[in-house]
Amino acid sequence: MSAAASALFVAVFLACAVEAVEATTIVLAAGTARGWRSAGTGSVAAIFVLAITVAVLGPAVSHLPLPALRVVVGALLLVFGLQWLRKAILRASGHKALHDEAKLYAEQLAEAKEQQARGSILAPDWYGFTLAFKGVLLEGLEVVFIVLTFGANAKNVGLAAISALCAVVVVAAVGFAVKAPLAKVPENTMKFVVGIMLTSFGVFWGAEGAGAHWPGSDAALLVIIPAIALFGLGLVALLRRSAGSDGGHAAGLPQRASQVAG
Amino acid sequence: MSKLRAFGAFWYDFVIGDDWLVAVGIVVGLAGTYGLHRGGVTAWWLLPLVLLVLLPVSLSRAVSGPLLPRRTHERRTPPASPRTPPAH
Repeated sequence: MSAAASALFVAVFLACAVEAVEATTIVLAAGTARGWRSAGTGSVAAIFVLAITVAVLGPAVSHLPLPALRVVVGALLLVFGLQWLRKAILRASGHKALHDEAKLYAEQLAEAKEQQARGSILAPDWYGFTLAFKGVLLEGLEVVFIVLTFGANAKNVGLAAISALCAVVVVAAVGFAVKAPLAKVPENTMKFVVGIMLTSFGVFWGAEGAGAHWPGSDAALLVIIPAIALFGLGLVALLRRSAGSDGGHAAGLPQRASQVAG
Repeated sequence: MSKLRAFGAFWYDFVIGDDWLVAVGIVVGLAGTYGLHRGGVTAWWLLPLVLLVLLPVSLSRAVSGPLLPRRTHERRTPPASPRTPPAH
């Protein structure tokens, strides 16, 4: 596998694994609180909708002219990548509470248990069905977006799809084996890495789509990725110092990061 | 109407996210890259430069203050002594 293909596989795998962790948490909460049949039916229905989306959009995206595709996808990857990177830096520097899957699971479980049961033969409980359906569909849409954009830009949708499938299967298998939210997954570190990858590919493809030519062509990615990683780590260190220098008060920080939601 | 608003809010949150300045900066960066390319100037450096500015600015907005630690030049006031008369 070439360096560019390896980078593509790793970026898609990590990004999809993060989405899969969140979807698994929701499905586990729906299944535990409302019954596995409804949660299972909801998940399968969402996967069906996602498969149709890929079947319709996949060929359409592949037929778009590459420069236009790269500039649009580059812009979107930059927006998403910088959002992820920004949140990961804020979390790593203590300015935002860490993403807590166990807490989210407990909240989903408590809310699901409060609802009345109503349903049909296929889905004995509509609430459980809807909860699982929405969770898998929304997180799955991000997986589809990542696969199509990365795959189409790298002209390797197959490799992107295999990588995404591996991530989803691994996360779902672990989640259902332990029947508990995947709280021990280093989600913030993964989001930091994914933010760097999305931003790097976004810078590379966005600039190429707008007409620029990178020195060294594809090999430029091997400089862009570590450079953005170092920049991100530097910002984490800087934010930690700024948080430490004023005790969090001057920057309007809460006394405990756990007081910040999200 | 509320459903339409919720639909719009979902897409705004999905695409724009927490800081609209990032989205605007990226569009400006891409437009600038295109402009430089059309003008026959080497343009690959512009987006990394935009990123170098945009990310710290956005983080600074998130924490509502400058990223660099403040240097205080004020003289520290000594702690009040029990013999110091109370201020009026």
